[in-house]
Amino acid sequence: MTLATQDDLSTLTSKELHQLIINKDVSVMEVVELFLKRIEHYNPQLNAYITVVQDKAREQAIKVDNQIRQGELNHPLAGVPYALKDLFCTKGILTSCGSKMLSNFISPYNATVYDKLNDAGAVLLGKVNMDEFAMGSSNENSYYGAVANPWDLSRIPGGSSGGSASAVAAGLAPYSLGSDTGGSVRQPASYCGISSIKPTYGRISRYGMTAYASSLDQCGPMARSAEDMAVILQTISGFDERDSTSANVPVPNYSATLNESLAGLRIGIPKEFFANGLDASVAKVIQEAVQKFTQLGATVKEVSLPNSHLSVAAYYVIAPAEASANLSRFDGVRFGYSCNDPKNLQDLYERSRWEGFGDEVKRRIVVGTYALSSGYYDAYYLKAQKIRRLIKNDFVAVFNEVDVLMGPVTPTTAFKIGEKSDDPIAMYLSDIYTLPISLAGVPAVSIPVGFSEGLPVGLQIIGDYFNEAKLLNVAHQYQQVTDWHRQTPSQFSGV
Amino acid sequence: MSISKAEVAKVAHLARLAIPEERLEGYTHTISDILDLVAQMNAVNTDGIEPLSNPLDAVQLLREDKVTETNQREVYQSIAPRVEEGLYLVPKVIE
Repeated sequence: MTLATQDDLSTLTSKELHQLIINKDVSVMEVVELFLKRIEHYNPQLNAYITVVQDKAREQAIKVDNQIRQGELNHPLAGVPYALKDLFCTKGILTSCGSKMLSNFISPYNATVYDKLNDAGAVLLGKVNMDEFAMGSSNENSYYGAVANPWDLSRIPGGSSGGSASAVAAGLAPYSLGSDTGGSVRQPASYCGISSIKPTYGRISRYGMTAYASSLDQCGPMARSAEDMAVILQTISGFDERDSTSANVPVPNYSATLNESLAGLRIGIPKEFFANGLDASVAKVIQEAVQKFTQLGATVKEVSLPNSHLSVAAYYVIAPAEASANLSRFDGVRFGYSCNDPKNLQDLYERSRWEGFGDEVKRRIVVGTYALSSGYYDAYYLKAQKIRRLIKNDFVAVFNEVDVLMGPVTPTTAFKIGEKSDDPIAMYLSDIYTLPISLAGVPAVSIPVGFSEGLPVGLQIIGDYFNEAKLLNVAHQYQQVTDWHRQTPSQFSGV
Repeated sequence: MSISKAEVAKVAHLARLAIPEERLEGYTHTISDILDLVAQMNAVNTDGIEPLSNPLDAVQLLREDKVTETNQREVYQSIAPRVEEGLYLVPKVIE
């Protein structure tokens, strides 16, 4: 294999990599070695990976090379490497959740999605950085340090799946699985110029995906193309008896409908997503992208999601409330961090938790505990759930009129590291366009559609419940006539 | 301030977080800002609106009542901070 070929491999889609492997142009081991070499070379600048599993990756590469040669494995992800956000449990591998609390946690079991990818012959390269317990929009809340955006190393990659986005954008993995509670795959994908999908709530099993806010959390693929996301989503979706909230709804063949024509597609533009606060140059890129869809035969009309402005308020009650319950399991007794020399049981609990959690996590635990405490439940948690119903009803109504919604993912492009880290409220407000989707539980993709001053801009395409196939079809058709998704930051080319 | 230092200290205790006195002021300030932000909800009339706890309005699934899990005590205790003879150790609770 020449060096020139190696340069190209790191920018290929999963589909292209798999094709090279099947054609015997390259072995799984060669692909894996290339990515391991790139991680070694570039990760110090990015801090995208927390753990690299060289030995396990090579072991799986040998196994998959053999299985492919024997004709025992023909899954479209066979031999293709990937990275997992560090909240997916992986047996025998550190699963830190970006927290000191779990900095010694070697998971005793596997997440369902990890089992499914192993069965498909996918090769795990390592576990990637994230905001602690998935709480954050910049990846600055990680115990393992901030992550850099490959397009500008002084900027954040987004969060909470910041390591996933940074790794894929820099060619340190062809794809990654992140998780999205309020925008955590769509926002970093947008900031780093890659594609992502937050599926319908319940589409993918959450078993082994460490819980933040259980009524919102959903696993989401982050990749180089809609075509790749179709294959990944297909592989990991479906009902799981180990996750009682996973939906018992058939998984369609997402790849089969990618090439459907967009003639007659009805696009709705929520006017609330283009109001005050949206950066003018981001708005321009989004409008140009929407224009492209009309050239593909779609029609566009303005619609309204009248309660969407309440999303930040409702989310910052519901998510902390559920987080405070989920994170009560960390007690310093059974697993995870435990403080030194506890004076008594109370001291063991209180100091283990204070010392083990970072500030943003503790703030949300306190807010959540307050919102659920005696006398405040109706005013906060119940009120937020009622508003959540109003937000959902907006989406239900609008999908009677249009097939998909389109708008920005974020009000601006990636901001500077440190710019908002002392101002949680400013950070929360940057999630304004992703939160309504999470609260409603509908699916959405984020795809790169251009640049503003050298930084990627993402388009959010929102669909009706369980209509991921339509979103992937729409995104794929756009990617057939544009090449934004194939742009890569030049400083990470070669090894 | 929508919440007092005393209330934050009380809630932190309910959440089993040993907040040191010198951090209380800063936490109270930020949490107060967050509560001001969520107070937007009060402007909305939600009378008669059914709360949404699951976006699909799904109900809890039930399964047949039979044993499906095997005992994995050793595996789980292998990652515990303090164990002895198959038991988790905590500081003395009863004097």
